[in-house]
Amino acid sequence: MFPPLPNPSVQPVPPKFGEQDLISRSASTITPPAQRQTEVAKLIDTSKCIGCKACQVACLEWNDMHEEVGVNVGVYDNPPDLTPASWTVMRFTEWVNPETKDLEWLIRKDGCMHCEDPGCLKACPAPGAIVQYSNGIVDFVHENCIGCGYCVKGCPFNIPRISKVDHKAYKCSLCSDRVAVGQGPACQKACPTQAIVFGTKDEMKKWADIRIADLKSRGFKNAGLYDPPGVSGTHVMYVLHHADQPEIYAGLPKNPRISPIVDLWKGLTRYAGLTAIAAFAAIGVLHHLVKGPNRVSPEDEQRAKQLAGDRVS
Amino acid sequence: MTNLWTDIKNTDLVIIMGGNAAEAHPCGFKWVTEAKQSRGAKLIVVDPRFTRSASVADVYAPIRQGSDIAFLLGMINYMLQNDKIQHEYAKNYTNAAFLVKDGFAYQDGLFSGYDETRRDYNRSTWSYELGDDGFVKVDETLQNPRCVINLLKEHVKIYTPEMVERICGTPKDKFLKIAAMIAETSSPTKTMTSMYALGWTQHSKGSQNIRTMAMLQLLLGNIGVRGGGMNALRGHSNIQGLTDIGLMSDLIPGYLTLPREPEPNFDTYMSTRGFKPQRPGQMSYWQNYKKFFVSFQKSMWGDAATAQNDWAYDYLPKLDVAYDMLRAFELMHQGRMTGYFCQGFNPLLSAPNRKKLTAALSKLKFLVSIDPLQTETARFWQNHGEYNDVDSSKIQTEVFELPSTCFAEDEGALVNSGRWLQWHWAGGTPPGEAKHDTWIMAQLHLRLKALYQKEGGKVPDPIVNLRWAYADPNEPSPEELAREINGSALQTVKDPADPTKNLVEQGKQLASFGLLRDDGTTSAACWIYTGCFTEAGNNMARRDNNDRDDVGLYPNWAFSWPANRRIMYNRCSADPTGKAWDPTRKLIEWDGEKWAGYDVPDIAPNGKPGVMNPFIMTEEGAARLWTRGLMRDGPFPVHYEPFESPIAANPIAPKIRGNPASRVFRGDLEQFGDAKDFPYAATSYRLTEHFHFWTKHVQPNAVMQPEFFVEIGEELAKLKGIKPGGWVRVWSNRGSVKAKAVVTKRIFPIQCDGKPVHIVGIPLHWGFMGVAKKGFGPNSLTPYVGDANSETPEFKAFLVDIEPISGPVA
Repeated sequence: MFPPLPNPSVQPVPPKFGEQDLISRSASTITPPAQRQTEVAKLIDTSKCIGCKACQVACLEWNDMHEEVGVNVGVYDNPPDLTPASWTVMRFTEWVNPETKDLEWLIRKDGCMHCEDPGCLKACPAPGAIVQYSNGIVDFVHENCIGCGYCVKGCPFNIPRISKVDHKAYKCSLCSDRVAVGQGPACQKACPTQAIVFGTKDEMKKWADIRIADLKSRGFKNAGLYDPPGVSGTHVMYVLHHADQPEIYAGLPKNPRISPIVDLWKGLTRYAGLTAIAAFAAIGVLHHLVKGPNRVSPEDEQRAKQLAGDRVS
Repeated sequence: MTNLWTDIKNTDLVIIMGGNAAEAHPCGFKWVTEAKQSRGAKLIVVDPRFTRSASVADVYAPIRQGSDIAFLLGMINYMLQNDKIQHEYAKNYTNAAFLVKDGFAYQDGLFSGYDETRRDYNRSTWSYELGDDGFVKVDETLQNPRCVINLLKEHVKIYTPEMVERICGTPKDKFLKIAAMIAETSSPTKTMTSMYALGWTQHSKGSQNIRTMAMLQLLLGNIGVRGGGMNALRGHSNIQGLTDIGLMSDLIPGYLTLPREPEPNFDTYMSTRGFKPQRPGQMSYWQNYKKFFVSFQKSMWGDAATAQNDWAYDYLPKLDVAYDMLRAFELMHQGRMTGYFCQGFNPLLSAPNRKKLTAALSKLKFLVSIDPLQTETARFWQNHGEYNDVDSSKIQTEVFELPSTCFAEDEGALVNSGRWLQWHWAGGTPPGEAKHDTWIMAQLHLRLKALYQKEGGKVPDPIVNLRWAYADPNEPSPEELAREINGSALQTVKDPADPTKNLVEQGKQLASFGLLRDDGTTSAACWIYTGCFTEAGNNMARRDNNDRDDVGLYPNWAFSWPANRRIMYNRCSADPTGKAWDPTRKLIEWDGEKWAGYDVPDIAPNGKPGVMNPFIMTEEGAARLWTRGLMRDGPFPVHYEPFESPIAANPIAPKIRGNPASRVFRGDLEQFGDAKDFPYAATSYRLTEHFHFWTKHVQPNAVMQPEFFVEIGEELAKLKGIKPGGWVRVWSNRGSVKAKAVVTKRIFPIQCDGKPVHIVGIPLHWGFMGVAKKGFGPNSLTPYVGDANSETPEFKAFLVDIEPISGPVA
């Protein structure tokens, strides 16, 4: 058993990392700290995952999110895709192993991979909307987000989702608020089988080696770690029974890379974006001068609450 | 569980059959993943569906639902044929060598004494051969053909791997692969654990399903050892407590039995509860029955229970028949039961044949629902369109809804599958008008008592004299109730060996059930729980997680009944001389004078090896491979088809439908369906995303599985033109439901008796109350018949038909 993280102290503790630990900030130039923090990682062991979705519920609850009750679309995946409120979902794949002819039910917890080289951050034109801490966590700062959706295009894993309510991008934060006070992410805390473990990236790699040896002893000769070099490694890693074919796990990219378009257009879009912001601001001022301030009626308020669910109330 | 959750980490082999632990017990399942990871243990899953448990298994084998006994008797046959039993264990610790009386016989699926009209047996021939000394005769050489083991060999020989394949649809090569893995655990240094749940109990032969695996485990020497055992995974956090405390119509707490009509007085009652040892030197612990019973009576009626009135024996009802759930609804349906209390119970979704249930509830004068949630049962009279299509104007039943608190809003103990009584504290305050169940029950009692006192009545004494010594009579506290359950000395208890010595002073809490007396000097409401709340305090609230040498027992965490013993039958972990079979998995050993080790010995502390045998609760001192007349449907298990079987006839007994000893009410028999009209084999189950019918009231759970669906294989979908995610109608001879279709590779036709059997899987979490989408449950379809011994309904094997439909009009 991986040694469980101790329970938190009941006394408030200062956060372990913050602004001073940023190593990159979208559409900004910053001076990274002289000393980088120990890199953290979450390890998801698909061979121990039973698809119970406790992680999904823990994510909803810790982050105080309200997801709609959907419908059954013919599979166990619910919600069927990531949403602005569902930052993680289980993806179920029924795969017949061509060698053994046995059915395998591959279950993968999908969500942000916290790339060492984050495509979302690179693509983002809004200053400070996406930040990367020196421990490896890539976080969205919603007050700076302009909802342009470039992060979605920049992400090689198709993770961020734009809210139709507040037009901002959402994704897993690796529970930066919990990690800041010495806790693991909520999903890890809720996982009943230790299919999700959390620690330093080195610890996670060592733990993965033990798991991979066990899987190889059970005949999974291609068992291995998913820590893709195309994005300089990730801070969410997988143990896969068939690491030679990550794509069979509901399309986990075999060799994820940031789209070259991001690098090509990044400079241009950033300036275009800023120009647009300035233009809208000017129009806004003009509108205010001509039409007067906007008034929010109680009906508008009620509708907004309904749309936003619990987040606003 | 004979063992405990944390002990599963000690096993070499896990077999999940008759359950789906990863799905229904994900938290406990961590000990399976732990055994796999840290010991290299293997996991076998045998199930009609490729389940979540199967997704992490080393070997999966399909089996047709309702054919488990054939599979397991096939396993026993394999072990006997291939000499893969732990001989010393089987010979010394089971009744393998006992001789069975002439006259007992088995032929064509029936044992001697069957009466077809009563659907019952005369069990007089189901007994042992007795010697002149009054003890059972044994043949240590196992040569006598009437030895249990030889009768067993004969009984199972028909269950060859080919027969298993024919009945169960389990491919022979898979069966043999699993047999070889299981056979390895016949070594004294290898163990297998059996994890099962409702997949075995909810059959018309549920008790025998479990017994067959217990027999296999005994032959392999896997009972009473670390990493072994028969482990029933309980489906509700306190369902173990419910059984222990005797919430059945025929039980009183601690597995004592309620008197029956032919037992009008205490002497007659006790005359069949002597439990005299059947072999010399055996403990036969139930000989203390009278002590447990009298102490229970004292806890109920205190000073009103006296030696003169036979400890208030007359206060107890005398049962004519057992009033299980099926009989209760049958009586309601006949108009003979006119009032019904549901406390934490939602039978409209959890009993079979919903149409019959609605009709039955509609005939009641009153229905009381005590529940933290608004259940479907409490709203059975309300029209919810096609989801509850009733005419409210025609229903006269008066319904009282008494909102109660949920587990997180009160204090007390829950008993987990591993028999741990774990105290918990309230985490929140009750909403609105919700009241603790203890308050509600106290109010009912006090009001009834006042009525009896004022108006008299036929038999007022049991109510009027009920001991009610609580600080606040309006609401007994959980602590007071726990102390009462544990029991105390009403008078000073003296040492029988030395009357000058006091064992417990008057008024003190009892430390163990060994102190109970049958002379009215002790009181204990549930003898098996004695020790849970002693003078040392509330042992259930202990939270010391130290575990000496990492054995996995955690002896100072909470309290485990009986006597804080963590592994039952642990004497069997040692060989006949008292040495551990496996030195790396030691539990207790004989040190020359007494038993000692990690666990509380399940044997007299000075019970000499070779004299006193390990199974102290049986009169034999041995575990039973053959159970005399203790089970209604036979001393050996037999494969019987479900009452609704997809194959033409039972291959081993073609003339018999279902379990010949199961009770079937008139009217229900006619509603059984046949394979020619209902060709597909259905089964029902739970999903990990939900907890029974509760969590459809909870937003995040409803998000995880929002809508009722049924699961079918790709072949059946193709055959019927059913699209994944499309709508289907599923119907049986008793009802019809509409559902979304999940089409999956995890379900596929199973080849049985020469033809493919298509499976339809029906999960059970939806109804017409709550925040999830409205839907149906499998109980709209299931047959009204139960297990011959426990009356648990046959929810796991029935017949349906299916067709694609256009969706409901929005």
